Amino acid sequence: MGKFVAVTIVVIAIVSAIPILRHTWWMAPDISQHGAPIDEQMSETMAEAGISFLASQIILALFIWKFSGSRPSDPIKSFPGGAKTMVWAAFLLVGTEVLALGVFGVKAWANVYFAAPAANALPVQVQAGQFAFYFRYPGPDGSFGPLHPDLISEANANFFGIDVDHDPDSKDDIVTAEMAIPVNREIHLLMHAKDVGHSFFVPELRVQQDFVPGLDLSLHFTATKIGRYEIVCTQLCGLGHYNMKAYLSVMSQEDFDSWLKKEAALQ
Amino acid sequence: MHEMSPQPHVAHHVPPTGFIRKHIFSLDHKVIGKQYYGLALVAVLMGMVLSWLMRIHLAWTNYPIPGLHWLSNTGAPGNVMTPEYYLQLMTMHATLMVFFVLTTAPFAAFGNYFLPIQVGAEDMPFPHFNMMSFWVTFVGFLVLVASFFVSDGPTLGGWTQYAPLSAVGAVGGPGEGMGVVLWASSIAIFCVGQLLGSLNFITTTLDMRTRGMSMWRLPLSAWAWFITSCMGLTAFAVLMPACILLILDHVAGTSFFVPGNLVINDQLQPHSGGSTLLWQHLFWFFGHPEVYIAIVPGMGIVSHVLITNMRRPMLSHRVLIYSMGALAVLSYMVYGHHMFVSGMNPVSSLAFSFPTLIITIPSTIVVLIWLGSLYGAKLRINAASLFALGFISMFITGGVSGFFLAQPSIDIMLHATYFVVGHFHMVMGVAAMFGIFAGTYFWFPKMFGRMMNETLGKVHFWLSFVGAYAIFMPFHYLGLAGNVRRYQAFVIDYMQPLIPVHRFITVAALATGAAQLIFLYNLIHSRFWGQPASDNPWQATSLEWSTPTTPPPHNNFGDKLPEVYHDPYQYGVKSSMGDYVMQASPEQVPSEHDEA
Repeated sequence: MGKFVAVTIVVIAIVSAIPILRHTWWMAPDISQHGAPIDEQMSETMAEAGISFLASQIILALFIWKFSGSRPSDPIKSFPGGAKTMVWAAFLLVGTEVLALGVFGVKAWANVYFAAPAANALPVQVQAGQFAFYFRYPGPDGSFGPLHPDLISEANANFFGIDVDHDPDSKDDIVTAEMAIPVNREIHLLMHAKDVGHSFFVPELRVQQDFVPGLDLSLHFTATKIGRYEIVCTQLCGLGHYNMKAYLSVMSQEDFDSWLKKEAALQ
Repeated sequence: MHEMSPQPHVAHHVPPTGFIRKHIFSLDHKVIGKQYYGLALVAVLMGMVLSWLMRIHLAWTNYPIPGLHWLSNTGAPGNVMTPEYYLQLMTMHATLMVFFVLTTAPFAAFGNYFLPIQVGAEDMPFPHFNMMSFWVTFVGFLVLVASFFVSDGPTLGGWTQYAPLSAVGAVGGPGEGMGVVLWASSIAIFCVGQLLGSLNFITTTLDMRTRGMSMWRLPLSAWAWFITSCMGLTAFAVLMPACILLILDHVAGTSFFVPGNLVINDQLQPHSGGSTLLWQHLFWFFGHPEVYIAIVPGMGIVSHVLITNMRRPMLSHRVLIYSMGALAVLSYMVYGHHMFVSGMNPVSSLAFSFPTLIITIPSTIVVLIWLGSLYGAKLRINAASLFALGFISMFITGGVSGFFLAQPSIDIMLHATYFVVGHFHMVMGVAAMFGIFAGTYFWFPKMFGRMMNETLGKVHFWLSFVGAYAIFMPFHYLGLAGNVRRYQAFVIDYMQPLIPVHRFITVAALATGAAQLIFLYNLIHSRFWGQPASDNPWQATSLEWSTPTTPPPHNNFGDKLPEVYHDPYQYGVKSSMGDYVMQASPEQVPSEHDEA
């Protein structure tokens, strides 16, 4: 039976690795300027974790195969080098591996979080609420009007609680239910939670960031490929969580300008 | 030369005669251990049925599940689960499994039964606290289950109960009012039970060891329970006040976890001044050690079982203990990896990332010691050792996926996806369950005086081992493809091609779940009709196999406590007993493995 266990472990390990090697189910293609280091980091980690996984399972299987059939008269042997070898192996192999992953991973993380957005980045405000995203563009004046939570009203379609009568900066703000951005232009996303925690996840853009009530956060990214993508919520926010999504359209600058004009006319 | 322990203080209590004191409000650690095991068994059956319902719903969302409306008419009108009911069942599944199964069975159940015996004590030092520990935990369980019966059902906020959804009250959605209050009350009560238990475990280990039982002579299972109880004492002591604060936000008008200016259903909420991230810090300061509270006892049990079945000690007893200790210490320094994209300062994410990567070193040492110890062993294959070997395989698989989640940059892609679900189910779900199974097949003869059926045990292993991989490996693929967790249906366009994978997982989950009924049958049948067990059926060395009767008598060792003469795992020697010498045997045998 020990040999059967060993074969089963090896078969499971190999079968498990095949979809990974073939990328049967894999990350969506990257459309961001910052995403390449993240993908590289993923590939390197997959290679190192994959080798560790296969090697460990095969060694486990090998030893079960070899030593499950031992006879009572067989002498007990000790692994050459004993425990010291194992401790050194763990420190040297895994320690080096994880240190390398950690150090190189800093770059990918820093690209997203430590670099400041460019001065000419297009500001877009996104508000998450049960169970929809709304987006706000500052209009020709380039400034957002302040938010007034007491004015928020789904019924009156005042999703952000803006006061166009009293706040001059709000007069030209453009509020939409879909996000459109120009391709190859940096976006400075200003994130605001209306009610509970939500998240902003666009797999193709290589961004995921929680909305935190009481804490306005921001992200910046540049999309490099025209297309239509989905923004989904990944933070459990209530019964409609599964259905909380919006579309992100990445378009040429000309198309974006016309889209924005059209949306401004609808305000 | 071993340091001799002082004469232990003995917790005397006379054998009970009445039914209630003997079987219900028992002071006997062995009865309490069995009570914990029974509670875990009930909880795991409930949790498993809930997972079946969830899996069926995920695979065939609008398909009626016959009889489901009996569970909740409002939650499943026409036998079709509503979105909120899915989330409610999911939350209850996770809470039952994490708290009432993975904490109670390997730690509280086996630890209660065997820790005092393995240290050579008559009982724990505070038997009344021990009894309270179980009954308080049981009350916590009842409070949690009661939430099924309140008007809008249990909370839907997940076992992590992130604020402010969990703290704003009924306005947050179904179950977010009374459901959350009951959930938080249940967990706070549970924490009291585990704090009492941890105190007893620590004092038992430190103060109750019999003559000759130095700390280094403790079996690895005893060390694992001791280390786990140290974690429990600090982790549950944080979760309990956090839950109390959450309850206060509901019932006392406080705002610990809710900031101002929140608008729900067009209504400006009355809260102000709270912090949503505060809850996450408090929760995960408990939550990550909890992963090790679930898995470290399994490491100890599996080591103990494997050694007996390898007929040799581990390559190093002490290195394993140091590694488990390192895991425990580091577990408090890594919790922030659950919060990489939470809005926490991005520098903090890096600060939590490095310890998370470093914790793979002691984990790897443990695995390498297991593997290196298998080399040259005389491995016996039985149900207990199969589950122990399965544990190692699962622990490796669950461990390597931790490489990914330890890195903030990769977490951007994998956070809150099925990759995470696959990772923690492998490492703290399935691996921990395999540890429980290994312990059950191994210790059942001592606990009940009868052997479990080996053939059924092996069938149970094969179906569980292959089934667990069939369920949880695909979770990783789904996560890589961006499949978000905690969705009751997959209406997002890019997730449509993933639905067939979910259907495969559901079929595997139903089949693997059904295989657990073989275990249940084996457990019940063997309890009453199994072959009578001898005092030491596995030719093992530690003190639980030196009791004068099987099951052990009320005071464990009869008139005289044993004296310990050896390290815990004297296998591969030539003695009058065979290839082993028991800890309580004065027979002196030379051994090359005598490390301590």
